[in-house]
Amino acid sequence: MQSPFHSADLTTASPELLLAGGAMALLMFGVFRGKDATGPVNVLSIGLLIAAGLAVLFSSSGTVTAFADGFVVDGFARFMKILTLIGSTGAIILSLHVMRVERMNRFEYPILILLATLGMLMMISANDMISLYMGLELQSLALYVVAALNRDSVRSSEAGLKYFVLGALSSGMLLYGASLVYGFTGTTSFPQIAAAINHGETGLGLVFGLVFIISGLAFKISAVPFHMWTPDVYEGAPTPVTAFFAAAPKVAAMAMFIRVVVGAFPNITADWQQIIVFISIASMVLGAFAAIGQTNIKRLMAYSSIGHMGFALVGLAAGTEDGVRGVIVYLAIYLVMTLGTFACILAMRGRNGAVENISDLAGLARNNPMMAFLLAMLMFSLAGIPPLAGFFAKFYVFLAAIEAGLYVLAVIGVLASVVGAYYYVRIVKIMYFDEPAEEFEPMPVSLKAVLAVSGVLTIAFFVYPGPLVAAAGSAASSLF
Amino acid sequence: MEVGLSHYLTVAAILFTIGIFGIFLNRKNVIIILMSIELMLLAVNINLVAFSSYLGDLTGQIFAILVLTVAAGEAAIGLAIVVVYFRNRGSIAVEDINMMKG
Repeated sequence: MQSPFHSADLTTASPELLLAGGAMALLMFGVFRGKDATGPVNVLSIGLLIAAGLAVLFSSSGTVTAFADGFVVDGFARFMKILTLIGSTGAIILSLHVMRVERMNRFEYPILILLATLGMLMMISANDMISLYMGLELQSLALYVVAALNRDSVRSSEAGLKYFVLGALSSGMLLYGASLVYGFTGTTSFPQIAAAINHGETGLGLVFGLVFIISGLAFKISAVPFHMWTPDVYEGAPTPVTAFFAAAPKVAAMAMFIRVVVGAFPNITADWQQIIVFISIASMVLGAFAAIGQTNIKRLMAYSSIGHMGFALVGLAAGTEDGVRGVIVYLAIYLVMTLGTFACILAMRGRNGAVENISDLAGLARNNPMMAFLLAMLMFSLAGIPPLAGFFAKFYVFLAAIEAGLYVLAVIGVLASVVGAYYYVRIVKIMYFDEPAEEFEPMPVSLKAVLAVSGVLTIAFFVYPGPLVAAAGSAASSLF
Repeated sequence: MEVGLSHYLTVAAILFTIGIFGIFLNRKNVIIILMSIELMLLAVNINLVAFSSYLGDLTGQIFAILVLTVAAGEAAIGLAIVVVYFRNRGSIAVEDINMMKG
């Protein structure tokens, strides 16, 4: 009998193996080194994420499958993995200063981020319900712990508890859907599910399973009607953790969403398209209206991310290659804007510690003109005002929706982005035209670096969009 | 009466529904929520094993074993978070989990 195990499989999964081995080695290092381990572990974790990124970049091109088709590396997986690794690296850099000042600098934090990132890479490469579930749970279990990282704070532990309960519920729904799909197609592998459906094995049970799977996935990207955890978790978790939640996990979960619906259910587009159109419209509208009344900037960013996931889903609803390309461009730009915005939010520290209210930004233009300018630019970009990157992100997904004939969806999306612009512009108004509030402490170098890179990329996309769009295009084409 | 696939699926569906209702309708204790989550995962396992035996395919049973393993890890982390919460708040009643609106 032929051995099911090939050593070439290990090469295919080398970024994941690197992260897994590295995270465990760092855990041992941290335990034996004791209290002063945090600094080196932070640096080594960033190095490990960069090494994993290089391993992804220099892996052989084309589509490679491993572990009996349970794991696939194609152009799409490579691109999304790079984005996820950038998000995680950014999150660790953003946390460096704040964790030290808040006395939360435990060495476990970067290691948990590494493990969550490993789970995300597994999710992105999953080509089978089983490997998808394992990746998803590795990511989720690490994230539950990270949300409750500040053990002595009621709000942080409450955020962890709420995230755990609702996250476990969503995993359960996804799993129930997976079991039904397995039962009605006889396989858990995505290409074989697609083949079985092609043979005409469709039925109520399969559609039922698909609905459960999409509900579980919608939870992970915090799309309406499964968004209830987002504002509470964003507000309660320590701010560096919120910055992490808003960036990398969203990218990975959306990649997984695309992989499942396009990879496993390409022949029943009509069945999932209407569900995605519905959750997309609901997310965009809720994200636009619910954010208006918020006073806490982290809560506002939570509703903003719900809205942005709705916009990204517009591209997926189109179900075409152009649509998926739009989603990939959207996620790349969203990641950059989010990290920059959170660099500003983390810099909101007065003499008495961190402040989180939007009114604390009043008069920032006089106290710190550079930060106010960059934050205003990011806000305009998040609102989708040309010529900033956020406009082009929306442009590509709406274009794909119109080409696919989803006019109503595109019109509602544009209207929602107009409503959403109100609360972004309100922040700019508060920074430039209100009486100055208490001055913030000077911004640490790590936050400045992230903010500067994010600001430059937000402008540079307008001048030089070619590379990103071309890379996203080739990533999307590997799925179809 | 022959016990067939549909009976197993019905039991699993009922257990799964009880699990979901246990999470949303329960106003008393977080431990009951943990039990409801466990119930949902076990319903999935019944589904998987029933399908696996019906189809004559082992994949479902392997999936079920992996789900059991992950469920154990999930319960451990869930209980740890509940303990941390109890130390801060002095209560794990569901109606007391209200520091943030929503």
